[in-house]
Amino acid sequence: MKRASNESHESIVAGERYSDARRVDGNAAAGILSEIFVPDLTAARAKCAGCGVTRTIGTLIVYAHGMGMVVRCPGCDRVMMRLARTPTHVWLDSTGATSIVMSRDAT
Amino acid sequence: MIDIVTETPRTRTLVLDVPNWPGHRAGQHVDVRLTAEDGYQAERSYSIASPPEDTRISLTVEELSDGEVSPYLAEVLHVGDTLELRGPIGGYFVWDTPAGGPLLLVGGGSGIVPLMAMLRHRSAALGTTTARHGLPARLLYSSRRWDEVIYRDELARLAEADPSLEVVHTLTREQPEGWTGFKRRIDRAMLEEIAWPPSEQPRVFVCGPTPLVETVSATLVDLGHQPALVKTERFGPTGGAV
Repeated sequence: MKRASNESHESIVAGERYSDARRVDGNAAAGILSEIFVPDLTAARAKCAGCGVTRTIGTLIVYAHGMGMVVRCPGCDRVMMRLARTPTHVWLDSTGATSIVMSRDAT
Repeated sequence: MIDIVTETPRTRTLVLDVPNWPGHRAGQHVDVRLTAEDGYQAERSYSIASPPEDTRISLTVEELSDGEVSPYLAEVLHVGDTLELRGPIGGYFVWDTPAGGPLLLVGGGSGIVPLMAMLRHRSAALGTTTARHGLPARLLYSSRRWDEVIYRDELARLAEADPSLEVVHTLTREQPEGWTGFKRRIDRAMLEEIAWPPSEQPRVFVCGPTPLVETVSATLVDLGHQPALVKTERFGPTGGAV
């Protein structure tokens, strides 16, 4: 898979290169996101810190792996969120999403 | 669990009575969590097959040969067993009748499950032929062989009873004798033939293995459909290409 050069360190942090077969949609992250956010986040929109495009979270690309997930921008491949679950904690790194907007109706 | 229905040699529908179920929308999923005796937990997402109108929740599970959870769900569970569920989950890959149509559903293998919830919902919510006529639906469904077509008889019954619903199968590996339908993977020519033109602004839902979903959604957008109207749900790895 082609990656922007400034993203290579992200791939290493994420643990390993993911095979295409593990690629799923933002929908797949809905469960773990519901442990952190009250409204459904897949219908919310997030702005990519890489390319600046705002997209519905359900349309982002999710690489599900072991106990965690890496959520990438389908446009520029930037890592937008990383989610992990340990026996005692849920962990979210959303530095790749500069803003998240959700409808107030959804709450 | 109150019932188990064998759909195909590799898929079973688990019918669940969920206390305090808050209701769901067609297309949503649940996370099923299994806990082993040593405390090890595994969690997987399964689409809900039943429409919001049903009081019971149905999940159709395909057994993946290398799966950690699905063989348990597909083989080991019995009526009367209890499952730990979280849901309903997801507000993106959903369709209700107020969202309108036409409704174009494209599925591969067990990707039919959330699409079936939409068809069942459409059928239950629109009680009359006239109402259904105002919201026509087409399903293009790719399976490897005829005996792997999930909900085969029910799809035939729905289409038989509803002139506004078209169900089109493609069988990619093996076809029964005398088969006159499609026998290849879903491609551009097939989508051009089956899909409404972009000017009709069909609401499109594509669900199946990742390669199928990506090919279909990219082709539809290339044909002129608005990306915002083409919603996808990738199933990730399954037992093979359909």
